[in-house]
Amino acid sequence: MSNYTLHYSSITKKIIMSLVGLFLITFLFLHLGINLTLLEKFRPGGSTDTFNIAAHFMGTNIVIKVFEVVLFGGFLIHILFGLILQIQNWMARPARYKIEGWSHTSPFSKFMIHTGALIFIFLVIHLLDFYFKAKVFGDIGSVTIDGKEYHDMGALVLAKFQSIGFVIFYVVLFIFLGFHLHHAFQSAFQTLGLNHSKYTPFIKGLSTIISIILPVGYAIIPLVIYFNS
Amino acid sequence: MDLTLKIWRQKDSKSKGGFKTYHVKDISPDASFLEMLDILNEELIHKGEMPVNFDNDCREGICGACSLYVNGRPHGPDSAITICQVHMRKFKDGSTVTIEPWRSRAFPVISDLMVDRSAFDRIIQAGGYISVSTGGVPDANEIPINKMKADEAMDAAACIGCGACVATCKNASAMLFVSAKVSQLALLPQGQIEAKRRVQKMVKQMDYEGFGNCTNTGACEAECPKEIKLTNIARMNREFIGAKLGAQKMKL
Amino acid sequence: MIKLDAKIPEGPIAEKWTNYKATQKLVNPANKRKLEIIVVGTGLAGAAAAASFSELGFRVKIFGIHDSPRRAHSIAAQGGINATKNYPNDGDSDYRLFYDTVKGGDYRAREANVYRLAEVSNNIIDQCVAQGVPFAREYSGYLANRSFGGALVSRTFYARGQTGQQLLLGAYGALSKEIHSGKVTMFTREEMLDLVIVDGRARGIITRHLITGEIRRHAAHAVVLATGGYGNVFFLSTNAMNSNGSAVWRAYKRGALFANPCFVQIHPTCIPVHGDYQSKLTLMSESLRNDGRIWVPKKKEDAQKIQRGELKPTEIPEEDRDYYLERRYPAFGNLVPRDVASRAAKERCDAGYGVGNTGLAVYLDFADAIKRLGRDAIEARYGNLFQMYEKIVDDNPYETPMMIYPAIHYTMGGLWVDYELQTNIPGLFAAGEANFSDHGANRLGASALMQGLSDGYFVLPYTIQSYLADQITVPDFKTDLPEFDEAEKRVNDELKKLIGIKGSQTVDHFHKKLGHIMWDHVGMARRKEGLEEAIKMIKELREEFWKDVKIPGDLSGKNTELEKAWRCADFLELGELMARDALMRNESCGGHFREEYQTEEGEALRDDKNFTFVANWEFKGVDKEPELHKEPLKYEFIEVKTRNYKE
Repeated sequence: MSNYTLHYSSITKKIIMSLVGLFLITFLFLHLGINLTLLEKFRPGGSTDTFNIAAHFMGTNIVIKVFEVVLFGGFLIHILFGLILQIQNWMARPARYKIEGWSHTSPFSKFMIHTGALIFIFLVIHLLDFYFKAKVFGDIGSVTIDGKEYHDMGALVLAKFQSIGFVIFYVVLFIFLGFHLHHAFQSAFQTLGLNHSKYTPFIKGLSTIISIILPVGYAIIPLVIYFNS
Repeated sequence: MDLTLKIWRQKDSKSKGGFKTYHVKDISPDASFLEMLDILNEELIHKGEMPVNFDNDCREGICGACSLYVNGRPHGPDSAITICQVHMRKFKDGSTVTIEPWRSRAFPVISDLMVDRSAFDRIIQAGGYISVSTGGVPDANEIPINKMKADEAMDAAACIGCGACVATCKNASAMLFVSAKVSQLALLPQGQIEAKRRVQKMVKQMDYEGFGNCTNTGACEAECPKEIKLTNIARMNREFIGAKLGAQKMKL
Repeated sequence: MIKLDAKIPEGPIAEKWTNYKATQKLVNPANKRKLEIIVVGTGLAGAAAAASFSELGFRVKIFGIHDSPRRAHSIAAQGGINATKNYPNDGDSDYRLFYDTVKGGDYRAREANVYRLAEVSNNIIDQCVAQGVPFAREYSGYLANRSFGGALVSRTFYARGQTGQQLLLGAYGALSKEIHSGKVTMFTREEMLDLVIVDGRARGIITRHLITGEIRRHAAHAVVLATGGYGNVFFLSTNAMNSNGSAVWRAYKRGALFANPCFVQIHPTCIPVHGDYQSKLTLMSESLRNDGRIWVPKKKEDAQKIQRGELKPTEIPEEDRDYYLERRYPAFGNLVPRDVASRAAKERCDAGYGVGNTGLAVYLDFADAIKRLGRDAIEARYGNLFQMYEKIVDDNPYETPMMIYPAIHYTMGGLWVDYELQTNIPGLFAAGEANFSDHGANRLGASALMQGLSDGYFVLPYTIQSYLADQITVPDFKTDLPEFDEAEKRVNDELKKLIGIKGSQTVDHFHKKLGHIMWDHVGMARRKEGLEEAIKMIKELREEFWKDVKIPGDLSGKNTELEKAWRCADFLELGELMARDALMRNESCGGHFREEYQTEEGEALRDDKNFTFVANWEFKGVDKEPELHKEPLKYEFIEVKTRNYKE
């Protein structure tokens, strides 16, 4: 098999990977923003109302609905292309070395498919636990805010994170997400040809910051819920 | 110095190979790595065995023929240098040295430590040049070139085509090699004229040869004996995007 | 009976090439594709010629012993390439380059060829720039020049310390373009073992595929040999491990004349020899002499202490250092031509002033240059060379002086060719270092690259047509002619003989022995007795080789020792011819220095009355004396003088 699968050249496939990847990172920020509204509950006199309203908006707004399709498509493409590229990469070296490669370069970059696979498993569990539960199975309570009825996503989340095992699973996976992002963000710029002696160090720094901020931000929520109940 | 050598032996491309262990004694630390192999080969010949085949020629780090994967690193334990220029003082007395050929689907093993790197030649043949014929060109100084660009082009042009980038890449990708040539020519005004066509043709050939995809790990840059920069890969990607999006549809 | 006709065109020197081109025979485009040319060698001359032939419309088969044409040893040239652009406005001209080259070659080169070389030198630079060769540039964007060994003007173009690499990659690009077009067929890892002559004309070659061991036949209308020099006859040289003289030697044994075999260039700035396991010598670019000062201790005691490792060079005070080149040659100082610098180093070491643990080295010191220009400036100029030196020798040249010693570098001798680069065998051409070239008895720095590319791009594409114009009615050759059978049989017999010896010593054992004989007696300084001794010793060694060489394996498949043995067998004959030539030439000139012929000050003493000729040797049989044919050299446009680099 030549490296010309799907009629796209290797670089085209990688460019698609990187563009979709960057798009997914913007989603991660949005998702985190909404999640953080949950923490209002732990202020004196706080509730999950803001979170529920935001969740409702995300679930019903027509623009968001369209983007939801794009987002799912994005995940699929990112996973599919990631797999194709990886399989080609494995095939490019049929006989392996006795003493495997040694180089000073970033360790995270060498395990993208592994961290990616873990994130994929997490994603499936996460969707089953929340998204499908609410959307598909309708297995969710309701709450009335200002006279309007909403799905009580807040309560669902709070209930889930009572289990220490579940919390640990989430936190560990967020760390792997961090590993993935650490290479992913700056690598996407390199793939898109955006390498510059002045700006690339900044992009690399930003990549590190993102790979810390996002996992930490996400991890705070289950930890706060668990230790406050 | 006394050393234990574990060397990949394979009679020809069709045979199945395997590692064989050899011992060499009293090697001078001032000998080069290939001279150490010469000494081993002399002993093997005296014993009536076939010497170890390995590509080498200039032994001064410029021809790009030598291609040994030593203790997990292409061109051995030193950086910015080919194995022919590594001297034995870089190794510890009494240590074990494992020597393997480049491993890549696009570089099949020919014999022992020799591999077939003609894929690189075919990539260059696909477009790694300026299509100028002999004669009929303007005076050399009619094309002033920004010194920084010329220097950058020279950095990229320093590639010796040894294939260490492919050998070290976990994906056996040839992006650093291809991008070095694409960059050199794209940086020069003479080369820009056919730049859009060149990058597409070379990438197409590269993919056809069965190299892996770049995942920007940077191992190639770290191991390149001529320190070719990763920025060349970015430039090639940029050129490629520009060619795909910006240029008219063309038959390659 | 061989009649030598150099076919030099009529007219004043500056018009000869123009006149030639204006009146030469050409092949019409429709006929060009009927004609096929074999090119052996993929270096500057071979790649450039093959690409240019193909562009003109000829069909080309090109052969290289490496895995890729880009590995040819032209790639290792460091310093630069000369051209008479006169960009620096320092008074350069075609005539001046011509003059410098003839003078540098100690008046043993053919005037017309050298002038043509100077004339096309500018075209080479234009061509290379158009190909994208990244020559060094000024901030203005225009090309930079530097001065180079033995020249009073700055006419050398360069690409860092990798000029040969960049020029070869340019020619390799041109060749790749033509391979892609389908008009050039590239045969990699295939070595020419014999030349096939049909009806007195070169019509093909016999090759061995170095991986499969298969013997193959290839036919064509003309054969071009661009296989480089034979410096490896010395075993240790700056040449690559696989550089060899076999293609040229086989042509000689089929009747081509070998010209000036004893003219060998010794390069003054190489890293000294370490031990007997050493496989090659590494050159440090001559450009280092622009800023480095060469010296040895003034006192023999100091030199001895250094040899024993009791004293460091930096501990020797300024007044106890002998900057012998500056002392002997005030005008040129450290920039005297290569042969002069090499001999001066040998003279000091032989007198006991050498340094290093062997006493066979001199210092090349950058302390003054660093003081004057700063470390950064020196690093910018020579950083990569210093780094290379440190990796090899484990000494930091910024802090302690480099050690250098002369080594075999280039062979000015080669196949005799006429003005058209055709040998005395019709249809057999020789280009680049493989021919006896334009360098006379010594080659100036930065002129080998110039000659290779000039032959390949701008001379052969014209001159070969003069021959091919008569060949248009000759149909493609079949390789089943009896001449091919015979040549293949000869090759097979010889290979079988080699592998059948099953002796007790390796090829390298004999090659190293030959190297020692050559270096001791046919090296930097030669004398009658030594040369006679060498001829005897080489003969004995050759006999021993054919009785006792041990080659493992068989004729099929990859057999590196068999390849080496074939080449070594040829070197064992070639070395003898070199010694004979050196013995015949009772004078000192350029790279050929006979101790009996020197001035009181130890400078070379030429004998223009008796030796202003090209010495061409005709093969008469391996153990028979070759016959000498002289091509007298006439100097009509240049006044023959004694070379003087003192003032």
